[in-house]
Amino acid sequence: MRVTLKVWRQKSKDDTGRFETYTPQNISSSMSFLEMLDVVNEELITQGKDPIAFDHDCREGICGACSLVINGTAHGPQRGTTVCQLHMRSFRDGEEIYIEPWRAKGFPVIRDLVTDRSAFDRIMQAGGFVSVNAGGAQDANCLPVPKQCADKAMDAAACIGCGACVAACKNASAMLFVSAKVSQLSLLPQGQPERARRVLNMLRQMENESFGGCTNTLECEAVCPKEISVEHIARLNREFASAALVSEEG
Amino acid sequence: MKLDAKIPSGPLAEKWDRRKFEMKLVAPANKRKYRIIVVGTGLAGASAAATLAELGYFVDAFCFQDSSRRAHSIAAQGGINAAKNYQGDGDSIYRLFYDTVKGGDFRSREANVYRLAQVSAQIIDQAVAQGVPFAREYGGLLANRSFGGAQVSRTFYARGQTGQQLLLGAYSSLSRQIGLGMVNMHERTEMLDVVVVNGRAKGIITRNLKTGVIRRHLADAVVLATGGYGNVFYLSTNAIGCNVTATFRAYRRGAGFANPCFTQIHPTCIPVSGDYQSKLTLMSESLRNDGRVWVPKKKGDKRIPVEIPENERDYYLERKYPSFGNLAPRDIASRSAKQVCDEGRGIGESGLGVYLDFSDAIARLGEDKIRERYGNLFHMYQKITDENPYNVPMRIYPAVHYTMGGLWVDYDLQSTIPGLFVIGEANFSDHGANRLGASALMQGLADGYFVLPYTLANYLASTPREQVSVDSAEFAELEKSVRDRMYRLLSIKGKRSPASFHRELGSIMWEHCGMARNKDGLMKALRKIPELREEFYKNLLVKGGNEEFNQQLERAGRVEDYFEFAELMCMDALEREESCGGHFREEFQTDDGEARRNDERFKHVAVWEYKGDEKPVRHQEALEFETVQLATRSYK
Repeated sequence: MRVTLKVWRQKSKDDTGRFETYTPQNISSSMSFLEMLDVVNEELITQGKDPIAFDHDCREGICGACSLVINGTAHGPQRGTTVCQLHMRSFRDGEEIYIEPWRAKGFPVIRDLVTDRSAFDRIMQAGGFVSVNAGGAQDANCLPVPKQCADKAMDAAACIGCGACVAACKNASAMLFVSAKVSQLSLLPQGQPERARRVLNMLRQMENESFGGCTNTLECEAVCPKEISVEHIARLNREFASAALVSEEG
Repeated sequence: MKLDAKIPSGPLAEKWDRRKFEMKLVAPANKRKYRIIVVGTGLAGASAAATLAELGYFVDAFCFQDSSRRAHSIAAQGGINAAKNYQGDGDSIYRLFYDTVKGGDFRSREANVYRLAQVSAQIIDQAVAQGVPFAREYGGLLANRSFGGAQVSRTFYARGQTGQQLLLGAYSSLSRQIGLGMVNMHERTEMLDVVVVNGRAKGIITRNLKTGVIRRHLADAVVLATGGYGNVFYLSTNAIGCNVTATFRAYRRGAGFANPCFTQIHPTCIPVSGDYQSKLTLMSESLRNDGRVWVPKKKGDKRIPVEIPENERDYYLERKYPSFGNLAPRDIASRSAKQVCDEGRGIGESGLGVYLDFSDAIARLGEDKIRERYGNLFHMYQKITDENPYNVPMRIYPAVHYTMGGLWVDYDLQSTIPGLFVIGEANFSDHGANRLGASALMQGLADGYFVLPYTLANYLASTPREQVSVDSAEFAELEKSVRDRMYRLLSIKGKRSPASFHRELGSIMWEHCGMARNKDGLMKALRKIPELREEFYKNLLVKGGNEEFNQQLERAGRVEDYFEFAELMCMDALEREESCGGHFREEFQTDDGEARRNDERFKHVAVWEYKGDEKPVRHQEALEFETVQLATRSYK
């Protein structure tokens, strides 16, 4: 198949950046989107041009490294799918495809399609954990957890930290990301002792990292490759309210 | 090279306790005076870095990914073994130990494996305490399933994302320590050499992948948790960035490399679809709990599966191994798939595939139950192949998945370089010639949470502290050699990309050092690899410079190391004139095509010592089996 690519190229954080056009040959509809970019890069290299930089690693939809906005949609047209799991069969022959990096103040561009998402790590460092040292844990079956709680916690825990939620949000809010962790741990007995501190500290860090707040446009849920529900944002708000108003930590 | 495994004396079940008591401790107030480097943040690295920091050491941790949460442990799907016997089905520490030694085809160290089985139960406790949402029964207790090579249900799981959940658990502990200032985390930073001063590991040289800055790091001990080398085959289930560089550079500095030819080919991966393919995707082995593997009985039968009647199908695993059936261990299941494809009975366009069929399970349990168990795997399969596995059988084929070989370590997980510790997939220690399913997560976390923190303390407490500075000649020299190496790769200015060389090297390795090996093929590979490497040094093209974000340069450095390493693998495979586990030499098989071990000549670990331009020297660590009776492995 033939496609025309308009790819965002930006040398460094301070470069203004621009779209470049490429018309790769030898594209097959059963290639993954990233394999298509591999082919483009091979062509660029043989022509003596700079290959396109993009983040990727596991290529099976779980590491969260790949992060492209395709035709205006984070991770492209297929629901519940990371870019690395998207295949060229999802595009029409002759289609024009725009490829851009995540665009958010909290995710500055490093080069081309690669952004710096370390803000997410700092949010986790502020409270996305249970404070338990290795060695002293009690037997795992001492504390029964209702199956529906464990399942819901798992739904939230499936977050891969890719940042699509931020890229899709007009406020560049990281609420879906933060809510996934807060929700997971607030649903489990192990998360209870630090429940209030966690939500307060993580949200404070989120604001410090220049992510915006949530105005319920739900774009985040629509693009999330793990289909994490905005229900977790509702739970986050509830957790925040009770922590701020009721708890001793507030 | 002296290989002292330092296995504690006494009965097997008491060895680890005895060792823990004998080991020296570092007093709490003194711990903060030590600096430890941990390279890699997968299950082993993240758990080690977090635990060491919790104990009070100051840790510098490194990963090449943009976040420590993305290490490839995250992709492990099926589960983690632990000898909890929650199901009351006859499991025990001894049974897990025995299954692992047998599964590894009697090529691992008894004492190490026993310790692994002992601490396995604690791992589950720790993970649950961190908030890892394992699957549960309605009563609220943890659920289990069974995995290849075992007849008990001892595998704990979190849907098909167990590796992700365990890694995020370890990552959360690591994040907590970063927040507390006990771990200095260096993301997008690649280790390119290890610095040895007066015979001890004292630091590393790194390249910042964002800026290209090459830097020296000083420490009292260095821990490598840098994973396996499966990507030497180019196509594997590993992430694109997985590489051998850290362990191979340590080998060049004097660390022995053990059993490099022991690689695991996983039986259930999605078959190759074209020459543009960049990786292979695993379908968890847990699918074999409910899926039945078959091919047509007739050669070249091109009918669609539903048109092939029951009596014209060959459920070859159930036929050949009635007591384990579809849950035969990985090496055996892979080799059987290769055999039926070699006979011309493979399915799909290429003929390199077999069916994994769920229709019986769906009829028995209903589609909903299957969706609950494997939904995300079915979803992933459909995305990649555009076929719906609820309606048509999956097509699968073996692919490179895990490497049992790795840097040699003693019982304390220390390499032949004092002060250099190696944990997780990067070492060779626990899986012998074949790893059982759901044991990699167990080993990575056992090493990081429960073994290394003790043994490292013993090293620190019994080693006099010398004043070493990053300004010393050793550091300066190595930094220069790393920089020179980058500039050399950039200066070749040929015509071919690093990836194109990698692909070609991988196909040589897959053809001659893959699922089945023989002397002629290995000799051929040992001729072809140096030829291709020569072309690499003449015709490589890396655009851009060192002092910038340059993914081509990263790749070139990794491919360069794969070239030399590939030769070492082939040499090891050539010298091991027996078949065992994942290492199948066609010259050494029984009449019915099973592996034929040679305990008399090869009941040992092969450890390779680097000798510069000369051929590396092969040493042996004899394996003593005091408890387990050596037997021909049978799953019939």
